[in-house]
Amino acid sequence: MKARITITLKPGVLDPQGKAIAGALHALGFDSVGDVRQGKYIEIEVAESDPSRARAEIERICEQLLANTIIENYAYELEAA
Amino acid sequence: MKASVIVFPGSNCDRDAAVALEAASGLAPSMVWHGDSELPASDLIVLPGGFSYGDYLRSGAMAAHSPVMREVVARARGGTPVLGICNGFQVLTEAGLLPGVLMRNATLKFICRDVLLRVERNDTGFTRRYAQGEVVRFALANKDGGYFAEEATLDRLEGEGRIAFRYCDETGEISAAANPNGSRRNIAGLYNENGTVLGLMPHPERLADPALGGTDGAKMFLSLVETLH
Repeated sequence: MKARITITLKPGVLDPQGKAIAGALHALGFDSVGDVRQGKYIEIEVAESDPSRARAEIERICEQLLANTIIENYAYELEAA
Repeated sequence: MKASVIVFPGSNCDRDAAVALEAASGLAPSMVWHGDSELPASDLIVLPGGFSYGDYLRSGAMAAHSPVMREVVARARGGTPVLGICNGFQVLTEAGLLPGVLMRNATLKFICRDVLLRVERNDTGFTRRYAQGEVVRFALANKDGGYFAEEATLDRLEGEGRIAFRYCDETGEISAAANPNGSRRNIAGLYNENGTVLGLMPHPERLADPALGGTDGAKMFLSLVETLH
């Protein structure tokens, strides 16, 4: 199966890159732009056809390496590869 | 004092650390490649500065899971002193040996300049040659140096005397103006529970010889030699 994983900074954690992007968008005239938060997107294929086992595997992967859960949240969607 | 310096792909202060260690102890440290699962008997383990694994994913995240780190974590838990400088500090937090995380500098800039630090404790094996509250000059060189932990964790760390160094001004005053990178509570360096693991962002080894423009960093290595013989 394939997992589409997004990793985002937790609410309240300062995101200077997001702020810089917001500043650049304002400079370009996108006046409607408010808060901007930057994150990561990762696709992973796992050799696992059972969705519940695939979910457990992906969650272990996110907890152990992909996300630093002190400052980051992760979310994912699974689909048949 | 027999030290081991761990070398990751992308480490670039490993040799500087080795020079400072040898100058203080008279013994050349072992340089241990990250892929090795064997670590020589060591009185001290140093995780040097640099950009291990190109800072992919997060600074220190990949190095924290490299083969040699399993042994480093085991030794650290067994009481062997570990010094993590800059990227080494990032690796220590990612490996779970120190709490919190080093984030992108609040300025978004790579900061490369000397900074002033206040020695918060001089009763550890790393700092016995310093005076309590002494203001020292180390070299800061990083882009991900902003220390972050939750407020409750910061309160606990302060309560337990775990803060090793804070960014300060010439008089030792801790202020927002003296904070180069947005570190919570001006934290530049941190100890583990029993003061045997130290992670710090500024580099003592870069100001450990008069030829480098300063010697404040040398006292850390001399402290370690005095402690570990």
